[in-house]
Amino acid sequence: MNGTLARYTKKFLAITAAGLLAMSAQAADPIRIGSFLSVTGPASFLGDPELKTLEMYVEKINEEGGVLGRQLELIHYDDAGNASKARNFASRLIRSDRVDIIVGGSTTGATMAAVPLIEQAQIPFISLAGATVITTPVKKWVFKTPQSDRMAAERILTDMESRGLTKIGLISGTGGFGSSGREQTLAVAKEMGNIEVVADETYGGSDTDMTAQLTNIRGADGVQTILNFGFGQGPAIVTRNYAQLSIDLPFYQSHGVASDGFLELAGDSAEGLRLPASPLLVPASLPDSDPQKPIVEAYKSEYEARWNAKVSTFGAYAYDGLMLAVEAIEKAGTTDKAAVRDALENIQGHVGVTGTYNMSADDHNGLTADSFRILEVQNGSWKLVN
Amino acid sequence: MAAARADPIMFSEFLQYLFTGITIGAIYALIALGFTLIYNASHVINFAQGEFLMIGGMATVSLTAMGVPMLLAIVLAVALAGLMGIALQRLAIAPAKDANVVTLIIITIGASIFIRGLAQLVWGKKYHVMPNFSGDEPIEVFGAVLNSQSLWVLGVGAVLVAVLVYFFTRTMTGKAILATSMNKDAARLVGIRTQMVLMLAFMVSALLGSIAGIVVAPITFTSYDIGIILGLKGFVAAAIGGLGSGVGAVVGGLALGVVEAMAAGYLSSDYKDAVAFSMILLVLFFMPRGLFGAKVVERV
Repeated sequence: MNGTLARYTKKFLAITAAGLLAMSAQAADPIRIGSFLSVTGPASFLGDPELKTLEMYVEKINEEGGVLGRQLELIHYDDAGNASKARNFASRLIRSDRVDIIVGGSTTGATMAAVPLIEQAQIPFISLAGATVITTPVKKWVFKTPQSDRMAAERILTDMESRGLTKIGLISGTGGFGSSGREQTLAVAKEMGNIEVVADETYGGSDTDMTAQLTNIRGADGVQTILNFGFGQGPAIVTRNYAQLSIDLPFYQSHGVASDGFLELAGDSAEGLRLPASPLLVPASLPDSDPQKPIVEAYKSEYEARWNAKVSTFGAYAYDGLMLAVEAIEKAGTTDKAAVRDALENIQGHVGVTGTYNMSADDHNGLTADSFRILEVQNGSWKLVN
Repeated sequence: MAAARADPIMFSEFLQYLFTGITIGAIYALIALGFTLIYNASHVINFAQGEFLMIGGMATVSLTAMGVPMLLAIVLAVALAGLMGIALQRLAIAPAKDANVVTLIIITIGASIFIRGLAQLVWGKKYHVMPNFSGDEPIEVFGAVLNSQSLWVLGVGAVLVAVLVYFFTRTMTGKAILATSMNKDAARLVGIRTQMVLMLAFMVSALLGSIAGIVVAPITFTSYDIGIILGLKGFVAAAIGGLGSGVGAVVGGLALGVVEAMAAGYLSSDYKDAVAFSMILLVLFFMPRGLFGAKVVERV
C-alpha cells in the first residue's frame, strides 16, 4: 500500500516538475513590464486610469505582434497609495518577478520610496508622478512622464507676462500640491525678474470659504491678476467666492484642477478663467498641424470605448510611460537593462499624449513648459487659447 | 500699508470678513445645537453629528439628480436622516444602555466611520454641487458682498433655534427630554419612557443636522467626508459655548466663525485654524464649563 503511494507521489512530482520547467521556459519569452500603482486608496483617481491604460495597451501591442517579436507581460501590484507598500512591491518586481523595466509609481511618495531600490538594482524605471524631485537631480535609472509643477508655474507666469500682467496675488492650498506649487511660483517669479507677487495667501484643504483671503488679495497694492494653486474642491470654492466678490481681475488656476469635474463644481463662476493643461482636454480644437493631435484623439477614443469612462490626464501619463518603454526596447533591440536605459535617455521627438519628449543625460523628463496648453473657460467648456 | 488705505475700503473689508464669519458661524452653530440636544438628553457627545449633515446634503443632491423636485428631495433627505438618527439610537446606543458615557461616545465615533464608509460606497468619493436656493446673484452691502445663500443659512438657523426653544420650554415632549437629562431615574419614576426620549433626541438632532447640511451644501459643496471637519468645528463651538446650553451653542458657533474669518483677514490665513483652536483652550482654561455652561454640582 505504502509502496504504491510512494510510486504515485514520485510520478506526480516528476510530471509537476516537467510542467514547471516547460512553464518557465515559456515565461522567459515575454518581455516583462512591472508596475506598482495606487489603484485603490486615496490616490485611486491616479492609479485606476493608469492601470486601465497599461492593461489595454499591453493587450493591443500583443495583438499587433508584440515588441521585438516577443509578447509583453504586465505584472502589476496595488500599493493603495502607501509608500512602504510601494517599496515592497518594487522589491518583489525586481527580485522575484525579474521584470525588464518598471513603469509605475502613481504618487511622488510611492515613487521616491522605490527609487533607492531601483537605483541599486540598476533597472530602468519610468515614474508617473509629477514632483520635480523625481528627476532633479538626475538619477541614472529614473525617468518620468508628467510635467513638474515648476513648468506649470512657468507656463502660467509667461502667459500673464504676455498679457502685460506683472503683479500677482497668489492664493494656494496648504496641501502637498498647493504648497509645492506656491514655492515654485515664488521661485519662477523671482527668476523672471519682472513679475512681482504682491499677495500670498493660503487656505486649508477642508476650508469652506475663502472670501476673507480673496478680500485681502483684492486690497493688495496694484494687484493685476490672481493665481490659485491647489487641488480638490478648494479651488472650486475659491472660484465661486471670486465670482461672488465680483473681482474682475484675470483669474488663473493650476493644472491640478484641469478636469471636467472642476467645471461641474465651479459652474458659471469659472467663466473666463485660464489654466495650463494637457491637450487631452481639447483634442478637437487642436490644429491639424499639431503632431500630438492624432495621438491624443486616438488615446481618448480608444480609452473611452474600452472602459466606458471619461479619459483622464493621469491615464495619459501611463500611456506615455508605456510607449516610451516600448520605443526604448525597440531602439535597443534587446531587453538588456543598460542598453534600454541608454536608449531611453537618447529618445528624441517622441510624440506622446502629454507632450513631445526629448530626453537627454541631464533631463530625464524630456518635456518643456510649452507642452502645457493654456485653456480658457468659455461658455462652460474648455477653449484652447495657445 | 493698511494705514495708507482710505477708510471706506477698510470698513468694507471689515464688513466682508464679518459677513464671512457670520455665515460660517451660523453653520457651526447649527451643528453645535445638534450636539447640545443629544448631550442634554443623554450626556453623550454624538460624534456622528457631522454624518447627519452629510446625509442631508448628499441625499438631496442625489435625489434631485434622479429628477425629484428640490423641495420633495429636501423633505425625503431630512426624513432619511431622521430614520438614521433613530437607527443609530436603536441599533448602536440602546443595546449598550448600561455602558458608561465614554463607551457610548466611542460607539458614536464607530457609527460615524460606518456611516461615512456606507456613503462612500453608495455615492462615491466625488464632490457634488447643489444650486443656491434663490439665485447666484450676490447681495452688495456697503462695498461688501453677501452670498444670497448666507441669508438662507442665517434665516433657517434662526427659525430652528426658535422652534427648539419652543419645543423645550412649551411642549411636554421637550420637557420630558430635559427631565431625563436632569435625572434619569426620577424621570422614569414619574412615568417618562426614557429610552423613547433618547430615541427622540437622536431623531431631532439628526433632523437638525440634515437641515443644516442641506442649507450649507450650496456654499461648501457636499461629499461623503464633509461631516468630519464641519462636525469637529461644530463640537468646538458647542464646547466654547458650554455643552448643553442652546444659547451657548449659537454664541459659540458665531464667535468661532467670526474669529476665524477675522484671523484669516487681518492676521494670516495660515493661522486661522490655530487661532480658532487657541480660543477653545483659552475659554476652557478660564471657564471650564464654557461661556454658558451650567454649574455642575457633584451629587454624593
